[in-house]
Amino acid sequence: MNQSATCRHCGERVTSMSPAAPDFCCTGCEGAYALLGELGLSSYYKRRAIDPKVRALRPDEEDFGHFDFTDLASTDANGTHHLHLMVDGIHCAACVWLIETLLQRNASVVAARVNMTTRRLRLSWTGKIEDVDGLLRPVLQMGYRVIPFDPAALEQATQSRNKELLRCLAVAGFAASNVMLLSVSVWAGYFQGMGGATRDLFHWISALIAVPAATYAGMPFYRSALGAIRHRRVNMDVPISLGVILALGMSLAQTIQSAPHAYYDSAITLLFFLLIGRYLDGRARRQARSAAEHLLSLGARSITIIEDNGTRRLVSPEKAKPGMTVLVAAGERIGIDGEVSDGQSDVDTSVITGESIPAQIKPGATVFAGTTNISAPLRIRVTATGNSTLLSEIVRLMENAEQGRAKYVAIADRVAKAYAPVVHLLSLLTFVGWWLVGGVPWNDALMNAIAVLIITCPCALALAVPVVQVIATGRLLRAGILVKSATALERLTKITGVIFDKTGTLTTGKPELYGPADPDALALSAQIAANSNHPLSRALVRAVGDVSPLKNVVEMPGLGLMVETLAGEIRLGSRRFCDVAEQADLPSDIYGPEIWMTQPGQSPIRFVFRDTPRADASEVIEHLRNDGFDINLLSGDREQTVRQFAERLGITKWRARLTPTDKAAHIQNRRDAGMFDLMVGDGINDAPALAAAHASMSPASAAEISQNAADIVFQGDRLGTVIEALHIARKADRLVRQNFAISFTYNLITIPLAVSGLVTPLIAAIAMSSSSLVVIANALRLHANGKQTRNPSYPQTSPAPQHAGAPIT
Amino acid sequence: MSNLLLLIPIALFLGLLGLGAFLWALKSGQFDDMEGAANRILFDDDDETPPNKKRDQFTQDDS
Repeated sequence: MNQSATCRHCGERVTSMSPAAPDFCCTGCEGAYALLGELGLSSYYKRRAIDPKVRALRPDEEDFGHFDFTDLASTDANGTHHLHLMVDGIHCAACVWLIETLLQRNASVVAARVNMTTRRLRLSWTGKIEDVDGLLRPVLQMGYRVIPFDPAALEQATQSRNKELLRCLAVAGFAASNVMLLSVSVWAGYFQGMGGATRDLFHWISALIAVPAATYAGMPFYRSALGAIRHRRVNMDVPISLGVILALGMSLAQTIQSAPHAYYDSAITLLFFLLIGRYLDGRARRQARSAAEHLLSLGARSITIIEDNGTRRLVSPEKAKPGMTVLVAAGERIGIDGEVSDGQSDVDTSVITGESIPAQIKPGATVFAGTTNISAPLRIRVTATGNSTLLSEIVRLMENAEQGRAKYVAIADRVAKAYAPVVHLLSLLTFVGWWLVGGVPWNDALMNAIAVLIITCPCALALAVPVVQVIATGRLLRAGILVKSATALERLTKITGVIFDKTGTLTTGKPELYGPADPDALALSAQIAANSNHPLSRALVRAVGDVSPLKNVVEMPGLGLMVETLAGEIRLGSRRFCDVAEQADLPSDIYGPEIWMTQPGQSPIRFVFRDTPRADASEVIEHLRNDGFDINLLSGDREQTVRQFAERLGITKWRARLTPTDKAAHIQNRRDAGMFDLMVGDGINDAPALAAAHASMSPASAAEISQNAADIVFQGDRLGTVIEALHIARKADRLVRQNFAISFTYNLITIPLAVSGLVTPLIAAIAMSSSSLVVIANALRLHANGKQTRNPSYPQTSPAPQHAGAPIT
Repeated sequence: MSNLLLLIPIALFLGLLGLGAFLWALKSGQFDDMEGAANRILFDDDDETPPNKKRDQFTQDDS
């Protein structure tokens, strides 16, 4: 790494124009470096390892006070305050050390602990509750971002469920190992002539361990089985519970009669294996979900309310009431629905309308939550809250759309539904056959019937899906693809069509300069544009690269930029602002947002922009089409833009000017026609469509509501993640089916043995464990094959998600 | 036979001890941050953290 070219604090490239060159990229980094030096913590730079996947540690230049930290802080009886925060920007253990040390240096901090897996900080301090701003300031100055959250609201349910599974797993593991110890002795005793008394003793001890253990550890299965039966359904847990309970009951009966065969080990080992699968499955999904939640909370913002007496207060958007005045700074996300009371600006409405050009906003205009204010501060009077906002309207549409998807039944449960009756019938036939036809006493016949149930108890069958899911979810998680829904991968395999949104999904959502431009004029315009946050200005700057901003530039919000020079006035902005006549047009085939520049004594110059597709968009579309997917483009943008864009990517089916309802309805129609679509979208206007589609994906940059609606959230700039997800889903599906085939084959061999009454506990144990192991080994192939067989033409998924969540360990 | 009567209870007791230890560790939140725990032993605490601070306060029901 070249020391002179990268910033000493954040490691980003230093440009010659940076205010703190050559060592730092910005004054924020310079300040952070100096602060660490003062505190004697410079060793941080030696111990850290910069993780390219994590956001660079670059301090925000302006105010840190985006949040009212006291809002979510709680105070206990001793007067100690507690606050939970999400931390963004943790690269490695050194960051954990640095954050904890920075906070613990303060005498009032009782404890500060960062959970590295979830990237969350727990802070406790004494004294005044407002002190927290001061306490957190050095951490913010380092470039970390912290966002308070309410731990009660977040994943508490899944957390405690997973802990319960782990407890059950521990109990089952303990019982399984001890019972197995005794069982092996008994099996050895078959051949070495163990005395009946010793065998019965061992059986009784096994019963003493296995019965309470199975009662406790089997609870998750019994509960789910009972729930299913109550709803007159059958799921995989029904045959499992039945098998375990019958095996235990039969063994107890055998033990009481001091008979030679008991199945305690089979029952408890079965539970142990299944709990492993269940636990890992839950953990994988929790990791994906917690990563998704992390991303979401980082996007959350509070709003600034201006009180009647002029004071400003930061509150969460839910606390806004109609009639309040809210201040939205330039560059800030608008948090509420309202009417502009003061100020002129441009507002980026792409999340709602799909339009890539910002709208000009004047007093009296209506703005919606989720849009971004670009060029100048706005005062907005809140007009709607709660149920009357646009967002809640969208939520209602979404809930309607979601109903179709709720009917989806997981493959494991579909198999169970077909499997359970067959097995139960078989067992009944065995009983009847032995008793009535075979003429043996009814209790011996019952024994054989139960043996059938035990041997067919779907150990491998119940592991077939979760093991594959765990590995698939984990692999996708590492690629930055977060699978949130349990059945998402299964649903992906049925997909025949892929529907894309345009702005922000197929495109980067950032306009780029298009067409030839005079280099001198471009350089000058970029210098002027460097003073503005408008997306088109930023595009001009990007087109040039290193630019030093021209001084004395005045921004006229909603219009453009203006600078007085010796020669006269230079204007950069809209056609109207630059006073260019309508008919003075250039080649009209170039269509898109435009900026004009007028200089004294020269003819006006026009810059045209267009929203650029993501780097791999055309490749991905091409690939999907070759794989036989039906590609559609649904956009809220104007027709001309959409047509041009669709033609460029070779998409023949496109629709423009769609409302959120239109999008959802379009998908619903296709669904009714028997098509299975994958919807990929990011805007608020896509949320109902995402919910209506058979499966859905949304980028991590998407609006909160879309990320919630989507089954899968992907990080990074590449669209190749769509192919990757489809690819893994198909592969996982193949493995799941193979696993089912394997377990059925096992049953084909063992069921005749059981029916003919030849099964001993030893055979049952061997058959069950070996089939489980084979199924797990088969699932592991998903891991191994992945790297070798990946089609080289797949655009590689970006391994560099912007805000990596908890990586799998 | 008599050694069995002694050894089986011992084996069970040791097993239960292990189970109890695991359940206790689980309850006190020691499995909440596996990644952090792996890295924490590498921090040298020669920096001047005031001695009255107990770093481990939060192992109790950390979320």
